[in-house]
Amino acid sequence: MEAEDDATGQMIEDEEIYVNGGEDGDESKRHRPIISSEQLDIEAYAALYSGRTKISRLMFIAEKCGNASMQLDALRMAYDEIKKGENTQLFREVVVKIDGRLGPNYGPDGAWADAVDRRAEFRKEKLENELNAYRTNLIKESIRMGYNDFGDFYFAHGQLGDAFKNFVRTRDYCTTSKHIVHMCMNAILVSIEMGQFTHVTSYVSKAEQSQDALDPITIEKLRCAAGLALLEGKKYKLAARKFLETGPELGNNYTEVIAPQDVATYGGLCALASFDRAELKSKVIDSINFRNFLELVPEIRELINDFYTSHYASCLEYLGNLKANLLLDIHLHDHVETLYEQIRNKALIQYTHPFVSVDLHMMANAFNTSIASLEKELEALITNNQIQARIDSHNKILYARHADQRNATFQRVLQTGSEFDREVRAMLLRANLIKHEFNLKASRKH
Amino acid sequence: MLLEDPMRGVAPMLTALQKLQYSSEQLTTLHPDFLLLCLLAKCYKTGLSILEDDIFEVDQPRDFFLYCYYGGMICIGQKKFSKALELLHSVVTAPMSVLNAIAIEAYKKYILVSLIHLGQFSSSFPKYTSSVAQRNLKNFSQPYLELVNSYCTGKISELEAFVQANNEKFESDKNLGLVKQVVSSMYKRNIQRLTQTYLTLSLEDIANTVQLNSAKEAEMHVLQMIQDGEIYATINQKDGMVRFLEDPEQYKTCEMIELIDSSIQRIMMLSRKLTDMDEQLSCDPLYLGKAGRDRQRFDFDDFDTVPSKFTV
Repeated sequence: MEAEDDATGQMIEDEEIYVNGGEDGDESKRHRPIISSEQLDIEAYAALYSGRTKISRLMFIAEKCGNASMQLDALRMAYDEIKKGENTQLFREVVVKIDGRLGPNYGPDGAWADAVDRRAEFRKEKLENELNAYRTNLIKESIRMGYNDFGDFYFAHGQLGDAFKNFVRTRDYCTTSKHIVHMCMNAILVSIEMGQFTHVTSYVSKAEQSQDALDPITIEKLRCAAGLALLEGKKYKLAARKFLETGPELGNNYTEVIAPQDVATYGGLCALASFDRAELKSKVIDSINFRNFLELVPEIRELINDFYTSHYASCLEYLGNLKANLLLDIHLHDHVETLYEQIRNKALIQYTHPFVSVDLHMMANAFNTSIASLEKELEALITNNQIQARIDSHNKILYARHADQRNATFQRVLQTGSEFDREVRAMLLRANLIKHEFNLKASRKH
Repeated sequence: MLLEDPMRGVAPMLTALQKLQYSSEQLTTLHPDFLLLCLLAKCYKTGLSILEDDIFEVDQPRDFFLYCYYGGMICIGQKKFSKALELLHSVVTAPMSVLNAIAIEAYKKYILVSLIHLGQFSSSFPKYTSSVAQRNLKNFSQPYLELVNSYCTGKISELEAFVQANNEKFESDKNLGLVKQVVSSMYKRNIQRLTQTYLTLSLEDIANTVQLNSAKEAEMHVLQMIQDGEIYATINQKDGMVRFLEDPEQYKTCEMIELIDSSIQRIMMLSRKLTDMDEQLSCDPLYLGKAGRDRQRFDFDDFDTVPSKFTV
């Protein structure tokens, strides 16, 4: 069985999340192998991305992971990647972080840095001259190309603010909707790198307005970008919807921002945390579109299926395994906790929903926790009114409680009555006071 | 009053009051003085009987403020917190053009009574509060607002520490007794919250959750609350378990029907009063003048019953 697993692991070579650790599954679980939470295979992970995001992700991993060997690996790959580009600022940062630990090949290469800087100066002058020439000629198209080139130049050199400004300046010189879309895509890319997701949302909507110039791939890219922005804004339900709408045409076309595995992971987790059962089934499990993405991350697929079929222990176990690697993802890391909590709460609520009484021992087993901590969690959920039930602490049973409508109605009626009474009396009194004050003033006038 | 013997003054004042009012709904100048006498004499019950009547006509705003303030204090003394809350609320939200000291004191007591009775306090004023009050009242009652914050955290030890720290301030406002009641109401609030989540709970657990010292104390508190009718429960001493019950009120008894009926009557009377007042106001020349002026801008197709230029 091990050999088979490895073979399949090799074939689907761009798995990002896990290495098929060679453990067998427990005999108590199904024949599905339990995939262990081995470390992220950094090479495989990095192969999914290109461009600047690859470097940022590698550096983020190096920062966040506690494992020295992984850290050095990540830094080494980041170094290699940066050398292929022209970003001396990042280069210096990476060198500082490496701190000579990787040997002389990965030291501060002053010569290279200087050469790059000189080339940059030269190119910048050239671009400026060209741009001025175009501006005097007032040829819109050339000016637009000039600004675009500037934007690309700054982006390659890591000056994101300037890049953004230049891309935005092309807006005045855009003549066709294709140009506008081009500008929007560039602006979106830079904004995502800068982390300013409000710009992302506005440029996505701007691009979507020019429907005719959008080819399917661009549409998918825009959806992903919008989904990312919503994820950052903690609007998990909307983000899930966006990610789920992304079609398989995305393929590997947007690797400078996001990989299809990410779409699956983000979409799956957000959906699990925020959709109700009906939506989960129709949009995630039954969706042919999304199935293609889920094939890339079978763990998420298993997770969602387990949740839907109420196998909470294995679902939560998968989640636990994934957690370490998800914390290394630059977009998801600060949402992991919230999403996990929401998923866990939903699992608890879903478990208790169909029953009139629930034995807390069995529930603790199903969720693989102790009774005391389970009781605490349930108490919090009951106080927040997410579960309508009461706990019999003596016998450790949870009893569902159905509100008595008749009594509740009577109570509400009486309460409304007395409130009305109070308010009207107070109002009459106040009106009276004002009238007297007014009369006083009026009498003083006469 | 000047004779330092308030008790003797209570009865004559009462008769004087009743003779002076031409209707039971009017507030006279004697009212606040009478209530002050009752307070000093500590015979709250007589004061309470006067407070039962609703008042709708007020001659002097100052009388009104004093009346409500003293009335509130009497109700607190009799532990009728909801009525006290009403009266103090009237003081705080009454129309006033200048901030007066009575309102400040009343606001402080209002915060405390609100904590005891409702378990929470919202520091936003209703729309009809005068702007003077809205701006200034909070400045004078800082320690009380901080008390609200520490109450809301739900931790008894914090609350007690805070009270200890600000002892003299509360003392100087003569509110220390009320503050102590706030602290004890915290326990009650916590136990009540437990009734919502648990069906049975051991006394040990109650003591732990509510931060009491021992199961015995928890038992005493629960017993007290059952007797006061604040929760419905039975204590099983053998297991040391408390079983929380639902409110047994079924709304099927005759008394309940009478209660509902009388409420309906009251409210009908109130709405009649309201319509009367509305009619009165609509005939008031000043109002018509103002309303007439504002309607100039409407187009001429509107059949205007009020002439557009109406001068008083």
